[in-house]
Amino acid sequence: MSVSPANTGGRWRALPTYGLKAGKLIATVAVTFLGLLVVTFLIGRVVPVDPVLAVVGDRASKSTYDAAYIALGLDKPLYHQFFIYLKQALSGDLGTSVLTKKPIIEDIARVFPATLELATAGIILGTLFGVPLGVWGAVRQGKLPDQVIRVVGLVGYSAPIFWLGLLGLLVFYAKLQWVAGPGRIDISYEYTVTQTTGLLLIDTAMQGQWDAFRNVLAHLALPAVLLGYFSMAYISRMTRSFMLAELGQEYIIAARVKGVPEWRIIWVHALRNAAVPLVTVIALSYAGLLEGSVLTETVFAWPGLGQYLTNSLQNADMNAVLGGTLVIGIIFVGLNLLSDLLYTVLDPRVRRRT
Amino acid sequence: MSDVSTRDWLLSDRPASRRQARLGQAYRTWSQLRRNRLAMVGLGIVVVLILMAIFANVISPYDPIRGGDLRTERLLPPSWAHLMGTDDQARDIFSRIVHGSRLTLMVVALVAIIATPIGLAVGTTAGYFGGWVDVVLMRITDIFLAFPRLILALAFVAALGPGIENAIIAIAITSWPPYARLARAETLQIRDADYIAAIRLQGAGSARIIWGHVVPLCLSSVIVRVTLDMAGIILTAAGLGFLGLGAQPPQPEWGAMIAAGRRFMIDFWWVATMPGIAIFVVSLGFNLLGDGLRDVLDPKGET
Repeated sequence: MSVSPANTGGRWRALPTYGLKAGKLIATVAVTFLGLLVVTFLIGRVVPVDPVLAVVGDRASKSTYDAAYIALGLDKPLYHQFFIYLKQALSGDLGTSVLTKKPIIEDIARVFPATLELATAGIILGTLFGVPLGVWGAVRQGKLPDQVIRVVGLVGYSAPIFWLGLLGLLVFYAKLQWVAGPGRIDISYEYTVTQTTGLLLIDTAMQGQWDAFRNVLAHLALPAVLLGYFSMAYISRMTRSFMLAELGQEYIIAARVKGVPEWRIIWVHALRNAAVPLVTVIALSYAGLLEGSVLTETVFAWPGLGQYLTNSLQNADMNAVLGGTLVIGIIFVGLNLLSDLLYTVLDPRVRRRT
Repeated sequence: MSDVSTRDWLLSDRPASRRQARLGQAYRTWSQLRRNRLAMVGLGIVVVLILMAIFANVISPYDPIRGGDLRTERLLPPSWAHLMGTDDQARDIFSRIVHGSRLTLMVVALVAIIATPIGLAVGTTAGYFGGWVDVVLMRITDIFLAFPRLILALAFVAALGPGIENAIIAIAITSWPPYARLARAETLQIRDADYIAAIRLQGAGSARIIWGHVVPLCLSSVIVRVTLDMAGIILTAAGLGFLGLGAQPPQPEWGAMIAAGRRFMIDFWWVATMPGIAIFVVSLGFNLLGDGLRDVLDPKGET
């Protein structure tokens, strides 16, 4: 381990290390991003679907076919094709969807808010329930609440999300009619709401359409609770283990000896320190919800990124599949990076060690 | 040898042979694991799954692929004749689930067999050589980790074409990176040990050192990790099946069965519910067992 710069000569000496760290970080992100592109590019090359036929259709003449073949750059060597792909991707051009005939990036921009709204609602629920449950489990370690929370979490880990979604629809929509069915909003409201942010809850609230707002909420409730449950399982488990680690520390004993009330020790002293790694966990499970959304959106006919991906997949629309995969990969990397940065901001020890 | 002396032999603190030491260690782990009731439930579920797969032909009362009379035996509710009812093709759902256990076990086993060596090879090589080899290999690992698993598997299946074999390959390709990381971390601890230096001085090549002396030491922790991942593998495979990208009909794959039963969900709930229960129970079993194993073998680790 190197000596911390704080000991060797104040702030100014530390500056180059900050620069070095930032440079390293940027290089890492750039390499990862390049790697993502290589992977999607290679997957795109091994597809049995002929990209030329996808563009010109199977009744095109030989000359049209050849022209398209050259226009797509397929006559050039593989590394050259990759550079073309790289250049296009960097300028935001991920190709055109065979299905919608629109640029992929436009399609994704259109469907993404639906996924964002669902995942955000899910992570809010997951955090609101997961963190207190985790704390409770840690405080009552080995007792009944801890066991119950553990089993509830394990059920969340083990149940296939698409199956729970179907059961949820059967019970709460078809039988009890507590929530609205598949989709984001009833058709009767669909054209009265102008989409400015694409997040329907915010859009309807801003336009004061409270009927539509309630309708959106009724549609959102079930899938959001479901995703929330799955992230709650993970968050509560991690919270519990972080809290257990903190509660065993000496400063907790010191606080107890000083007579600090127990609730303050748990919720202020220990949780505050557990919060630092917890941020990473929450960021990662937020990213994980994007993954879970593929199956959830299929079940709930939710017009988001996941459904776009599966739809394109079933229609062999490779550009769309790879574009969607790439975008999700980038979001993943971004959230990872963000949680790293937050870690540095929240934990003064990490900050000083740079 | 009587029971007591077998136990004493196993728990001896001066094992006479390497085999005795190993068996003793295994016995200690086992007796610790046995105290964890939930882990035992998990183990029971896994054992039942394996038995079900072996004796599928004996257990299942009907043919899993060929249905009964389409006029009279379609979509029957659960009864004594059909324990879990029948589906839209008049097939007995219980028989299909029993046969589906073979597919599930096959997926788990093959993914483990493919992904573990890849992870070990990448991780130990990176850790042993260090330097730029380490940087390059770990960067590649990070790139694979950057994709969410199901999405990457989805893209691979899209490229390779749907089917259970390709689903297995896709899941394997997406599950090796954590094993590589683990193997690397272990290797870093081992590589500067004196006995490795001794072997090197005797003139052993790098490949020989890695395969003969580093890999065996990394193996146990990687295997525990693979066991922990098995529930995830089952869920991913079921998800791919549900999306129509895994096993193709009429194969009795559980995820695909849910997708098929989805259309009748409201009137004939059992068609989609039963295979879901199967997936849930099996992955719960692997989770409980994995949890218990981790508590015993690695009390500190939580992730």
